[in-house]
Amino acid sequence: MTKLLRVDDLKVHFRIPGEGLLRPRHKTLRAVDGISFDLDAGETLGIVGESGCGKSTLARGILGLVPVTSGSIWLAGEELAHLSARALRKRRQHMQIVFQDPLASLDPRMTVSEIIAEPLQVFEPSLDKKERKHKVQGIMERVGLLPNQINRYPHEFSGGQCQRIGIARALVLKPKLLICDEPVSALDVSIQAQIINLLMDIQEDMQLSMLFIAHDLSVVKQISHRVMVMYLGKMVEATTRDELYRDPRHPYTRALIDAIPIPDPTIERNKKFEPLQGDLPSPLDPPSGCSFRTRCPMAADSCAAEAPTQREISEGHWVSCHFA
Amino acid sequence: MPWIPKTADMPLLEVNNLRTSFHTNDGEVYAVNDLSFSVEKGETLGVVGESGSGKSQLVLSIINLLASNGQLQGSIRFQGQELVGMKPKEINRIRGNRIGMIFQDPMTCLNGYLTVARQMTEVLMHHQGLDYASAKKCSIEMLDAVHIPDAKNRIDRYPHEFSGGMRQRVMIAMALLCQPDLLIADEPSTALDVTVQAQIIQLMNELQQEFGMSIIMITHDLGVIAGISDNVMVMYGGRICEQAPVFELFDNPRHPYTLGLLQSVPRLDTAGSAKLHSIPGNPPNLLRLPPGCAFVDRCQKGIPVCDQKQPRLREISPEHRVACHLEELP
Amino acid sequence: MNQTLAASTEIRGRSLWQDAWQRLLRNKAALTAVVVLAIISLLVVAAPWLSPYEFDEIDWDLISTAPSLENGHIFGTDSVGRDLFVRTLYGGRMSLMVGIIATLVSLIIGIAWGATAGYIGGRVDNIMMRIVDILYAMPFMFFVILLMVFFGRNIYLIFIAIGAINWLDMARIVRGQTLTLKNKEFVEAATACGVSTPRIILRHIVPNLLGIVVVYVTLTIPQVILVESFLSFLGLGVQEPNTSWGALVNEGAQDMESAPWALLFPAGFLAATLFCFNFIGDGLRDALDPKDR
Ligand SMILES: Nc1ncnc2c1ncn2[C@@H]1O[C@H](COP(=O)(O)OP(=O)(O)OP(=O)(O)O)[C@@H](O)[C@H]1O
Ligand SMILES: Nc1ncnc2c1ncn2[C@@H]1O[C@H](COP(=O)(O)OP(=O)(O)OP(=O)(O)O)[C@@H](O)[C@H]1O
Ligand code: SF4
Ligand code: SF4
Ligand SMILES: [Mg+2]
Ligand SMILES: [Mg+2]
Repeated sequence: MTKLLRVDDLKVHFRIPGEGLLRPRHKTLRAVDGISFDLDAGETLGIVGESGCGKSTLARGILGLVPVTSGSIWLAGEELAHLSARALRKRRQHMQIVFQDPLASLDPRMTVSEIIAEPLQVFEPSLDKKERKHKVQGIMERVGLLPNQINRYPHEFSGGQCQRIGIARALVLKPKLLICDEPVSALDVSIQAQIINLLMDIQEDMQLSMLFIAHDLSVVKQISHRVMVMYLGKMVEATTRDELYRDPRHPYTRALIDAIPIPDPTIERNKKFEPLQGDLPSPLDPPSGCSFRTRCPMAADSCAAEAPTQREISEGHWVSCHFA
Repeated sequence: MPWIPKTADMPLLEVNNLRTSFHTNDGEVYAVNDLSFSVEKGETLGVVGESGSGKSQLVLSIINLLASNGQLQGSIRFQGQELVGMKPKEINRIRGNRIGMIFQDPMTCLNGYLTVARQMTEVLMHHQGLDYASAKKCSIEMLDAVHIPDAKNRIDRYPHEFSGGMRQRVMIAMALLCQPDLLIADEPSTALDVTVQAQIIQLMNELQQEFGMSIIMITHDLGVIAGISDNVMVMYGGRICEQAPVFELFDNPRHPYTLGLLQSVPRLDTAGSAKLHSIPGNPPNLLRLPPGCAFVDRCQKGIPVCDQKQPRLREISPEHRVACHLEELP
Repeated sequence: MNQTLAASTEIRGRSLWQDAWQRLLRNKAALTAVVVLAIISLLVVAAPWLSPYEFDEIDWDLISTAPSLENGHIFGTDSVGRDLFVRTLYGGRMSLMVGIIATLVSLIIGIAWGATAGYIGGRVDNIMMRIVDILYAMPFMFFVILLMVFFGRNIYLIFIAIGAINWLDMARIVRGQTLTLKNKEFVEAATACGVSTPRIILRHIVPNLLGIVVVYVTLTIPQVILVESFLSFLGLGVQEPNTSWGALVNEGAQDMESAPWALLFPAGFLAATLFCFNFIGDGLRDALDPKDR
């Protein structure tokens, strides 16, 4: 079976203007540094990592919203990374994105119908007004918005509803790939559950492939088939969901799982674990060797000397650690 | 100022019928509605609730830091002393000295243009009348207590030279400088990564054991609540809908909102993939709260009376209070 | 049941503009300012029909007379016997016109320059904004005065000169705003939806710029009026017998002791207008700033 999406050794680097007046030394920020994965039709890949580890940049790179430094992206058998801007624009109807901040991703001066209809105007300009409105109302109903709210403005909706509008806009063209960049991080727990359920429903209905980004392993657990854990622009572990939670092999994955507080006082209070020490190092000068070594409880001398490579330790279970 | 002796049976903080409203162009916003509760010495009270349910405004009311369009009614007694209507000067003496505050964004309390040393010593010199040298010594000790490595040298740095998690630690250290009796923490870990959040929560638990202060901990993460609090207060639409000791609340949630909330958290320790339980609908508009129960639009167990009458907060078993009409049924 | 009922009637949304308008209406100071300004504008426009006198009509019998209802010169006359009421209104015409036209000039140049620099960014932005910086450093008042001295007093020259100073501010503001808008998620969302760049500028950037532009315009007009008054006060403004508030104040100030009315009336109108614009500007800023949302 062919994969819907294949990302191969993707790198997105940013040039950061250096200090110094006469001879500024530019630094390179390796936001995404050699990520590879693939995605089947109808499959969800969860991407997890701490703030600043390059999750959003990965999503933006795949969508061509930031220039890709190297590597390739194949969507339904077609290379995207080297397409011209114009050619890429034509492919956009097959891949859509839902953003983290529900309100900020909607133009405050447009009505809901204008927002949802915008992609239709680009890709299906032949639709007349009535058909367009019909489509907009159809998708609004599908994502759980009352169709009579069509003329309202984003600021008149709550965060959860705004996120539904964002989802409606992303789905109105019936894309094949939906990238969700922390779609529930800004929402309340009770609303979070609504949105996650909605996304799961829709995925089943439309046989969507989904990249679901989150900084929290518990949300990802709910929705993904496979999970990839990132640290400082690199993949540290990737495998099926059940395997990852049953048998996490990378020390960072384990730390992430341990750190999540469990809403049960009996378990939470008897949990014995040592939280990871320190903070994420600056991505501008990552540690030598394994980038996790500054915080890793298992770090040895070899970790500083040599960066671990990705190894497949069992069928479909990739880890990059010397000691996994 | 009359000095009221502390007695053993007097709660540290006692809030009665507190109402906070804001006057806006669109009308009156009722952020906190008729809240009564108390915090004992050494107790940690966890406050959960959705965004906009009035958690922050509640604690800002306690330390009298409301926005200028805010109005306060009711009574807040701290160590037997009434805080509502107190002169700003006297409140200042309590704030930062007897009551410490930490916020979600450390930069709301830290001044980016002053070194950490300067800011910390100033607090001590102001409230406790220490001289600079001993104030600095105290500050360094406190930074050590919150596990800032190399505190001796770092204290002379500016806040922006610290990482996010470190800054949060500095803020906690500052709040604890005068060894307050009450520490109010407004979502101190929400903006942090899970690994750093775990560090901060662990630190707070440790500090409480060391200093024995009471804590009011605001968060919307039920996992954090489960780990840190003795007592939990669940807020909805500016009201308390349920309050109980932490084990009781998690084992025996009675209010439909609490129940829904507990069920909608995606959990690591249960088998995933099945649908999450979710509470339908959206949070209420504080400008137009319904006449009856604030949760009525989203409640699946509602009965006719819920539309008309506000449920009373009733004690259904010792220390377990619920505001729901279902509890009043025979 | 409720659902189907609700679905049948579409709810009208309230746009940010409508919201802002509502809020402006509730702002007493701004509302009063709007009314006062409207009255002044009406008076100024209707000047020729309100007074039996012409603005350059000289009444040799009534030189420097105090305001009086009997002789029909309700604001009195000036030192050459012209009716001050009608001159004040004509002066207002000139002042307001200078204010509005010069602001429009600065608006057009400023928006085009600022939006281009902001949206394209990079090197183009750098060069364009350095040009603005250099122009900023020039002593403009001096430059304008030189122009006037060389080319003689010319009303169009005043428009252009003043507009040319003010667009710099406009360009900076618009550029800053464009930069922040460009990085907003909704612009990125539009790009991800395949919307083309010109369309993004037109549909997303410009409408979101309008708020700040409107505020800035209401605050620029009084500034321009003041600059013109200053030029007139120096004797470099409009040419006799045409006049402006600035010119009238200048004349009035010369024999302030003997004929205070010649100073008071034009100065009063000038001050009232400036106040009004500033109040409206402040009101708009508060109304358009969705802070409490
Ligand atoms: N346009 C840019 N120019 C320079 N650096 C950038 C740019 N965009 C992102 N970065 C940097 O790249 C790194 C990765 O950022 P990214 O937004 O992808 O992180 P993230 O994993 O999505 O984090 P979060 O959970 O906070 O959203 C960060 O250090 C960020 O500062
Ligand atoms: N100065 C103000 N004027 C008007 N309304 C206000 C003001 N400050 C707060 N509010 C309103 O009071 C309500 C309660 O706000 P509060 O900050 O207490 O919520 P919260 O429970 O802390 O939410 P979050 O979890 O998002 O911090 C909100 O609806 C808010 O809009
Ligand atoms: S390679 Fe070494 S430092 Fe890196 S995760 Fe493995 S043990 Fe830790
Ligand atoms: S009072 Fe009624 S509406 Fe409110 S929570 Fe109880 S049952 Fe539900
Ligand atoms: Mg991100
Ligand atoms: Mg809050």
